[in-house]
Amino acid sequence: MITWQGFLKRFFGDPVAIGAGIVLLVLVLMAVLAPLIAPQNPYDLLQLDIMDSEMPPSWKPGGDERFLLGTDAQGRGVLSTIMYGTGISLIIGIGAVVVQAVLGITLGLIAGYKGGWIDSFLMRLADIQMSLSTLMIAIIVLALFQAAFDANIYADYAIFMLIIIIGVAEWPKFARTVRSSVLGEKNKEYVDAARVIGLPARKVMWGHILPNTLTPVLVISTIQVAEAIMTEAALSFLGLGMPVDRPSLGSLIRSGFEFVFSGQYWITFYPALVLIALVLALNLLGDWLRDVLNPKLRRGED
Amino acid sequence: MAMLEVKDLHVAFPRGKHDEVEALRGVSLTLEKGERLGVVGESGAGKSMLAFAILNLIAEPGRVSHGTVKFNGENLLDLKERQIRDIRGNRISMIFQDPMVTLNPVLSIGVQMMETLRAHRKISDKEARALCIAKLKEVAIPSAESRLDAYPHELSGGLRQRVVIAIALLTDPEIIIADEPTTALDVTIQAEIMALILKLCREKDVALILITHDLGVVAEVTEKLMIMYAGKCVETGPTRQIIDTPRHPYASGLLKALPQHAGRGTRLYQIPGSMPPITNLPKGCTYHPRCDFATQRCHGGEPDLVNGVACYNPLTSDSANRTETKTEAET
Repeated sequence: MITWQGFLKRFFGDPVAIGAGIVLLVLVLMAVLAPLIAPQNPYDLLQLDIMDSEMPPSWKPGGDERFLLGTDAQGRGVLSTIMYGTGISLIIGIGAVVVQAVLGITLGLIAGYKGGWIDSFLMRLADIQMSLSTLMIAIIVLALFQAAFDANIYADYAIFMLIIIIGVAEWPKFARTVRSSVLGEKNKEYVDAARVIGLPARKVMWGHILPNTLTPVLVISTIQVAEAIMTEAALSFLGLGMPVDRPSLGSLIRSGFEFVFSGQYWITFYPALVLIALVLALNLLGDWLRDVLNPKLRRGED
Repeated sequence: MAMLEVKDLHVAFPRGKHDEVEALRGVSLTLEKGERLGVVGESGAGKSMLAFAILNLIAEPGRVSHGTVKFNGENLLDLKERQIRDIRGNRISMIFQDPMVTLNPVLSIGVQMMETLRAHRKISDKEARALCIAKLKEVAIPSAESRLDAYPHELSGGLRQRVVIAIALLTDPEIIIADEPTTALDVTIQAEIMALILKLCREKDVALILITHDLGVVAEVTEKLMIMYAGKCVETGPTRQIIDTPRHPYASGLLKALPQHAGRGTRLYQIPGSMPPITNLPKGCTYHPRCDFATQRCHGGEPDLVNGVACYNPLTSDSANRTETKTEAET
């Protein structure tokens, strides 16, 4: 076990971890505080002026100091849309991982603890799910959804749809990780001891075994958030994700893509930069966590 | 009627599709209120299996294939899962061998104690906490209040075993099954822990089933003794009597192997060979390949437990003495 003090010491001793942590912190703060600090509310149509559209960043000739990173085709400030968009991307990423974790942990725990045909059934189900690409499922479901409902309903529910689809499609990663840890834990004596004191199987599973399998869950959660954000961005880029009037980072990149070749690179470039920074920071932190929490890789310090 | 009556208990594990191997082969015992029984035998003799079978907790794919475990007249093996949970940890509790691994490493002592209480009683947080502290004090843990929030890795082995004992006592059980409770501890701590278990059992009139290798501990703590070999009871009776005049050659061999029976500078006595694996038991008496007194009859059929000993040629006090003088003469 690693203590909190040891954990923090390791964190502050590793420049990569500090860097990734700072980037993530800045982006999260930016997203959370967007309604307070963004120069403009891109959702408020009254604040938008079509005359402001396609302005370059403020330091370029023709730039306007109101729009630091320029504006897009609707006259929204790129900086403001990035702030709001990062929030939407994070909500989808975290929401999808919560869905993945709830499904995956429950099924993985049951498969590992009960064993037998339940285990075989759930793991074959996971195999089938893994053999279908997440993007493929998402494209089919979202395309059907878009065709079946009108644009307003789609705009309202797109965020939930994305969370559920990405969440359901990726549960096997959690299920497999949890199952393999449970198989390692369930023959330990504390499990016998818990059964001997008369606890029902449900409590032994959730109260005793699960807390001992959380280390790998923590690690894949971080990496899965990055993955879910990427998936959402890819879907939005394909026009199947968030609508343009409620943009995530992916739909911002898409909305600017058609202007790249006419020289208005900033509409796509800055959101892409933020997306890369966000995903990179999450992945680096995930890798760092994996190394820190893995006792086999730890030197004898804490 | 005795409080606990185990009759002809068999535990079987599947081997291949149709075959089974028996880990317990017909064990019976009785235990009265407040009585202390020692169960002694080599590793793999089925001692721990017996403990788990009594609580109907044999791990899959094993199963109790035959026999009854009557606790106050009720067969525990017939009870529904919900009913037997009410007995486990509540009226019959268990202390395990290694306190390093029997406490959950990620839950605090308090959480683990309160959980035991909650599983069996409707009790408020405050009362539960007070009771836990009281029990920790009973097992002589210093500064009990602060230990409640400690994690297992913050305590020493001896303290941890005290916590395990406190958990076992939490619900005022009628029987405690202690499975080698001191084996994993420092020698200096062993005596302390054993004395604590004995004292608490006496004070509260709790019956004890003590599973151990240590005949010295058995002699001090228990009133009755059962010697197990290859999944069977080979000799049972009052502890004093077996230790003074063992009748089964295996019991006699175990006693002779105690260091205090060997002269200074001489080799310790050793029973030749090792216990056969349950998958490959010899025909006839399972002990005969290692027995000094085996006759033709021992190769044929397995002896039943008669008058507390399962042997065709039980030793009398004379013959036991004779072999002892013989071994002394040899050395």
